[in-house]
Amino acid sequence: MNTRNIEILVGLFVALGVAAFAVLALKVANTGISGNGETYTLNAKFENIGSLKTRAPIKVGGVVIGRVEGISIHPQEFVPVVSMSIDASYECQFSDTTSVSILTSGILGEQYLGISPVIASDSAKQTCLGNEVTGDSDTELEALFGVESKALKNGDLITDTKSALVLEELIGQFLFNQGSE
Amino acid sequence: MIDLFQAIGHKTLSRFASLGRATQMLFGALLRLPNFRKGPALLVRQLYMVGHQSLLIIMVSGLFIGMVLALQGYTVLVGYGAEDSLGPLVALSLLRELGPVVTALLFAGRAGSALTAEIGLMKATEQLSSLEMMAIDPLRRVISPRFWAGFISMPILALIFSAVAILGAHLVGVDWLGVDAGSFWSIMQSQVSFEKDILNGMIKSFVFALIVTWIALYKGYDCIPTSEGISKATTETVVHSSLAVLGFDFLLTAVMFSG
Repeated sequence: MNTRNIEILVGLFVALGVAAFAVLALKVANTGISGNGETYTLNAKFENIGSLKTRAPIKVGGVVIGRVEGISIHPQEFVPVVSMSIDASYECQFSDTTSVSILTSGILGEQYLGISPVIASDSAKQTCLGNEVTGDSDTELEALFGVESKALKNGDLITDTKSALVLEELIGQFLFNQGSE
Repeated sequence: MIDLFQAIGHKTLSRFASLGRATQMLFGALLRLPNFRKGPALLVRQLYMVGHQSLLIIMVSGLFIGMVLALQGYTVLVGYGAEDSLGPLVALSLLRELGPVVTALLFAGRAGSALTAEIGLMKATEQLSSLEMMAIDPLRRVISPRFWAGFISMPILALIFSAVAILGAHLVGVDWLGVDAGSFWSIMQSQVSFEKDILNGMIKSFVFALIVTWIALYKGYDCIPTSEGISKATTETVVHSSLAVLGFDFLLTAVMFSG
């Protein structure tokens, strides 16, 4: 076998290796969340997180917009606090009345965070982004009802949360209801 | 009694001496100036012998291991109605464990034994001594290109193994058993992370490449230059490198994936 053939075959071997790497990297692995990887962080306080894990997806209507970054215990209240890193393009888009719940995909599926978004008002978005608020009908309407919602920005805490369903608690509730009938 | 202690001590000391010679050989091969004029050609030749020649056995084993994994996984998962999780099951077990480990074991049998036998015969027929007589450093001329060829080839082979095995799993799982193709790929993608799974798997196979190639070259270089010595060295290469790979695999897994 002459040198040229050997070189060609080795080139083929290396090219196959590169192709396998490309298949694994692009087709098999997730390349992180969408976009250029810029994220911002939101925190949410739960009563019980069930078996939520770090890196669990965060979804809005089934679309992944971020991942769970870390889970810790609130130092004073001793309830779990989940920090979520969310695609930066959604910063200042959600109002602080947005609720977060822990959901399960399928019966044996993993747990994920579902965000039911409330879209922030224009004025709140502007305030959040640090722009001057120009008076418009939106602000007046809110002023009328006496509520003032803000948009969620990096580091904010979401308080409206629904905990994970724990089977024992469900059964307990069911038995309790049966007993009271 | 004294004899027993003496025997144990002798055995221990000769083990250490052997480890020392192996380290000396490795550093001797790696730290010499590379052979700029002949080096690349020698390396390409060894890449062909070590890498390309192992391609067939790696691809065929990968295909069948992937198909078996899919078949076994499916029969268990379908009982829970979770056959959609076949994709991540196959991909994670291949990328994290089976890809690097099985490739290393096959590589030790296919290429490691060949390296040992080749160098052992070179030693037995005094080719290595002749090289030294001609002022050619056998470490630089014979050992170094073979080491680099093994070190480069094995991670490539492991990648090919995993990719082919996943295709084999797709063949059985999706085309034969009827798992949904969309969920096969998408759940796999959502569960497999590039840094954590693919890169860690590659780090593993680089470590295994170092271990297997090193053991194979050392056993050949250090063998007793008789036909019996070569056969013993070849057997030892396969046994020692398989055991070392499995042992290091446990350590690496404990470091990488237990957290």
